Amino acid sequence: MDTLFENQSWLPGAGFDVLRLRASVYKKIREFFRQRDVLEVDTPSLSRASVTDPNIQSFETFFQGCGAAPPQRMFLITSPEFHMKRLLAAGSGSIYQICHVFRQSELGTQHNPEFTMLEWYRVGMDYHMLMREVAELVSSLMPRQLDEPEYLTYKDAFQRYAGIDPLAVALDELQRQAQQAGFTLPAADKDNRDIYLDFLMSTVVQPCLGRQQLTFIYEYPASQCALARIAPHNSQVAERFELFLEGNELANGFHELTDARQQLQRFQLEQRWRELRGMPLAAIDHELIAALGAGLPDCSGVALGLDRLILLMSGKKVLSGVLAFPFNLT
Amino acid sequence: MAIYTTNELRAGMKLMIDGSPCNVVDVDFVKPGKGQAFARVKIRNLLTGRVVERTYKTGESVESADVMDAPMQYLYSDGEFWHFMHPETYEQLAANAAAVSDAAKWLKEQDMCTVTLWNNEPIAVVPPNFVELKITETDPGVRGDTASGGGKPATLETGAVVKVPLFVEQGEVIKVDTRTGEYVSRVKE
Repeated sequence: MDTLFENQSWLPGAGFDVLRLRASVYKKIREFFRQRDVLEVDTPSLSRASVTDPNIQSFETFFQGCGAAPPQRMFLITSPEFHMKRLLAAGSGSIYQICHVFRQSELGTQHNPEFTMLEWYRVGMDYHMLMREVAELVSSLMPRQLDEPEYLTYKDAFQRYAGIDPLAVALDELQRQAQQAGFTLPAADKDNRDIYLDFLMSTVVQPCLGRQQLTFIYEYPASQCALARIAPHNSQVAERFELFLEGNELANGFHELTDARQQLQRFQLEQRWRELRGMPLAAIDHELIAALGAGLPDCSGVALGLDRLILLMSGKKVLSGVLAFPFNLT
Repeated sequence: MAIYTTNELRAGMKLMIDGSPCNVVDVDFVKPGKGQAFARVKIRNLLTGRVVERTYKTGESVESADVMDAPMQYLYSDGEFWHFMHPETYEQLAANAAAVSDAAKWLKEQDMCTVTLWNNEPIAVVPPNFVELKITETDPGVRGDTASGGGKPATLETGAVVKVPLFVEQGEVIKVDTRTGEYVSRVKE
């Protein structure tokens, strides 16, 4: 037979048992939020604005208008956050969404450039309340009984598992610890503490987190605040949390920054960082800034990687095992 | 020397790490959702055989190592060096004891081996999977005993000692699997 028809690469990556598991997870999530009166929304995948965070790269594309109109630069979203915050500012109340997001250059055993995000925002909740809701949802989905969730500050986790105070440790000591754990010092940005903190977190601390329980890490260094508020009681830390289970990073949440001016400053600072390093420039989301200016209600929000959660539920080892068509089969 | 960026790294590539040639065993992409992206590389040091993990910020440069595997014929040993010849170019190379290492006890003149070269210097020798060697010394066996599960040590012409069945005699040639060091069969001459 013609070899064109013998090719087996059309077959899906994940088995139907995993696809059925995914369908049941979606169903339970929707029921969870229905009971709590959180509205399901659907926002665009294609956006005129992009993310400024230098650690997140967007896929770029173009909208070709009619006739001789110049093509318009567009981006695939890396998170539905900006659109969802515009809904919140417009008065939606608490909302959630299950959607696909896209991140350039992220491919590995735990990464796929296109992945499924569950993102939700709770109006009137602080981030401690939201952590408890995340724990409730994830515990209800896991097929096995977990121990009681654990809540550790970023500082406590580092002191416990790496033996250092991440907020106070000197740069050279941080570099020494990282090198000892197998890190090769970078050619540029050698004095950027966050590189070493991220490395030690990923390599030394994270593998110890979430053993047979959900581990929440909160109060991230202010330098890693992203879109979170700086803690009112301690300007060294941000009101940001992450969730870990069996050494895997599952979710990231904030007590959301509502100050438009501060948010714009952060975007501009990150844009400047990109510029100085010759990275592709982001298209700052001025609609988001305007929405914050109009008034984002006090809220907390969280993004949870559904593919990773399904990976942990299924007992598979690599992300491609739970995707109908992982990147190499698209 | 060629330079790779971390995004290009694949299993099987040869890199220079801390002055030693290394083979890339495995590469993974590691990144906190909101943080720095890293390439985590598992490497085998080709001089010591040790496997370690190294992590780089993505986009960093790593120097490649000029390492290749060549099929070569073993010629002889002068006691200090083991001499090999390329079967087509007839080019000859001398490998020292560190490079030959455990392979020495399986090397028989004329046999084809795989020699790993770094900057054209041999750093490792892999003997053929199967070698045929003469037994130079073993205790007399019990004739007719072919069923017994027992065995006895036999010293081979290269100095290697392997366990052979009781019926195998001194002076016979046997086939040995060099990967396991186990006796396979007798060879009829």
